[in-house]
Amino acid sequence: MKSTTRVSNWGNYPVIQAEFKPWPLQVNKPQIARGMGRCYGDSALSESIVDTRSLNHFLDFDSSSGLLTVQAGVTFDEILQVFVPKGWFLPVTPGTRFVTAGGALASDVHGKNHHQDGSFSDHVLWFDLHTASGQKLRCSRSENQDIFFLSLGGMGLTGIILSLAFYLKPIETAYIRQHTIRCENLDETMEGLESYGNWTNSVAWLDCMAGGKAFGRSILMLGESAKLHELPAKQAENPLKIHSTKGIPFPIDMPSFTLNRFTVQAFNQVYFNKHPKGSQDSLVHYEPFYYPLDKVLGWNRIYGKRGFTQYQLVIPHQDARKGLQEVLELLAKRRMSSFLTVLKIFGEQPENYLRFPKAGFTLTLDFGISTGLWTFLDELDRIVEHYGGRLYLTKDVRMSAAFLRRTYPMAQAFIDKIKELDPEGAFRSLQSERLALHP
Amino acid sequence: MKKNVLIVGATSDVAQALARLRAENGHNLWLTGRSLENLEPILSDLRIRYEVEALGFIYNAELTSPEHLLSNLPGLPDEVHVAIGYLGNPNCIDDAVEGSRILTVNFSAVVYLMNALMHSFIQAKKQAVMVGISSVAGDRGRKSNFLYGAAKAGFSTYLDGLRNFGYAHGIHIVTVKPGFIRSKMTAGLPLPGPLTATPQQVANAIVKAVKKRKGRIYVLPIWQLIMLVIRTIPDFIFKKLNL
Repeated sequence: MKSTTRVSNWGNYPVIQAEFKPWPLQVNKPQIARGMGRCYGDSALSESIVDTRSLNHFLDFDSSSGLLTVQAGVTFDEILQVFVPKGWFLPVTPGTRFVTAGGALASDVHGKNHHQDGSFSDHVLWFDLHTASGQKLRCSRSENQDIFFLSLGGMGLTGIILSLAFYLKPIETAYIRQHTIRCENLDETMEGLESYGNWTNSVAWLDCMAGGKAFGRSILMLGESAKLHELPAKQAENPLKIHSTKGIPFPIDMPSFTLNRFTVQAFNQVYFNKHPKGSQDSLVHYEPFYYPLDKVLGWNRIYGKRGFTQYQLVIPHQDARKGLQEVLELLAKRRMSSFLTVLKIFGEQPENYLRFPKAGFTLTLDFGISTGLWTFLDELDRIVEHYGGRLYLTKDVRMSAAFLRRTYPMAQAFIDKIKELDPEGAFRSLQSERLALHP
Repeated sequence: MKKNVLIVGATSDVAQALARLRAENGHNLWLTGRSLENLEPILSDLRIRYEVEALGFIYNAELTSPEHLLSNLPGLPDEVHVAIGYLGNPNCIDDAVEGSRILTVNFSAVVYLMNALMHSFIQAKKQAVMVGISSVAGDRGRKSNFLYGAAKAGFSTYLDGLRNFGYAHGIHIVTVKPGFIRSKMTAGLPLPGPLTATPQQVANAIVKAVKKRKGRIYVLPIWQLIMLVIRTIPDFIFKKLNL
């Protein structure tokens, strides 16, 4: 009996018909693990998909070290619900809490604290992997270490991650001491991100539509987990309050023209001016600080049925100023608008197969799918490559195999190792085929 | 009041949803499964998520005697959910082993187990609630799964009788007829959406029925109507149908 389901990831592009099977493996054909489907493009798509959401059990917690062991389908949302009241937080979190722990490892997710704490994989002690040969392998920095490193940001191509252990970090409160700085141009934005590197969290929301003197203006947000004594009396009554578990569902697919140059420009103008000149201090809950968009369930529908893609690039420090300027200028020149434009700094990270972060600036742009977009992104690729940068695979839906090889120095090594581990290509996605990661 | 809740057949999707719901209310969970290895993640999950006591016991409907299981429990439970079931091969008239397994798991084993529990409750003068998860398949035999249906029919009839019997002793019995469930047991089957309940819906309905001391429930009300229609079809027509 065959039954397929329409499935797409967070970008709603592409949409395919796929066979969905819960773990354990039930079919003997190429497949890829998928949890919450929060990668943006085709990383977790394949004709046959292994749904890991039934692997949703907490396995162990050591309250002296903070080491948490979970099955791979447990979500960050669930972890926060259980552990914030006990005084623990995720070591690293992306901008949504609706991701699974297994996906966070395979995507090597990063957050606003990368420059201090690295990416999620850096906090993982070990994981159990179901490999193509049908073995269950315990992988860590000392056991099966080759496969361990291959799997960090390995996009699920080394096998099915079954469970993993990683360190939570202790918090005194669920609140963030936030410092917000209005930066009037690109230099101020970049200097701000660099000079406030002593803050654990930093991110800049960038107005990609502003030109002239205001080119590259932004709102820089810095955050530090608040101590108990820093809370006002009201918040101190329940210092470890969890996020609201009710979201507002986004009602419909908006028409594809909803976000255009003019609406984005208007929004940016209002948002930027909402922040007074100079800087401000405030105390906010972790929910609006880390997950502003999670409140609106299904916000991706704002891009309409055609869907959207994110383009996240990193450019090393030395050429970042020039590179970012060229990228933003090209955006203006081609009359493209990105609704959510975010700039962040990455700390040092050793080169490791397909892991994305490296020291420099990382810019995230998002675009509704439209005719002409692919040509435009190819143009951006040339700038990124020219300045020694590269793109994040979890958001990618269109980069070429050749571009990946030129920008990820260890891509060939990854391919060679995958060939050894999975000679038949049992684990593959539409993305891995597009990027020719299999023989 | 903190209860001790026994769930027999705790690894199914419905049983897991049920265990989480009961743990969320602060109750302790005693779970049975065919192997401790399969129970372990479920137990640790309940302990970590809800900070309740969660204990695991081996129970194999075909191998374990009810007395053996009861003697392993730390005491008598306050609430019991019998959630084991075996769909099996629907066309197994030439396979005595499979046929016997369907009848044992879905009927005789659970009957002996609930008998033993009832007996212990009465002896201990303990009030309790027992829930039996039966099936709409027992409302009328159909060619597509009549052994399973017959066993569930027997189970439903048994539960009716047990409810009548237990009333005088303060022991309440709930019969649950879930209809189609989107679960591991039906993975890959094309199920009609509006007639298919999620494991969470089934668990919610069970907990509600326990609280309100309902006797018999269909998880989705539409099934009551469907089965009414199916039961009223005259046999000279029914025998020719492909159901």
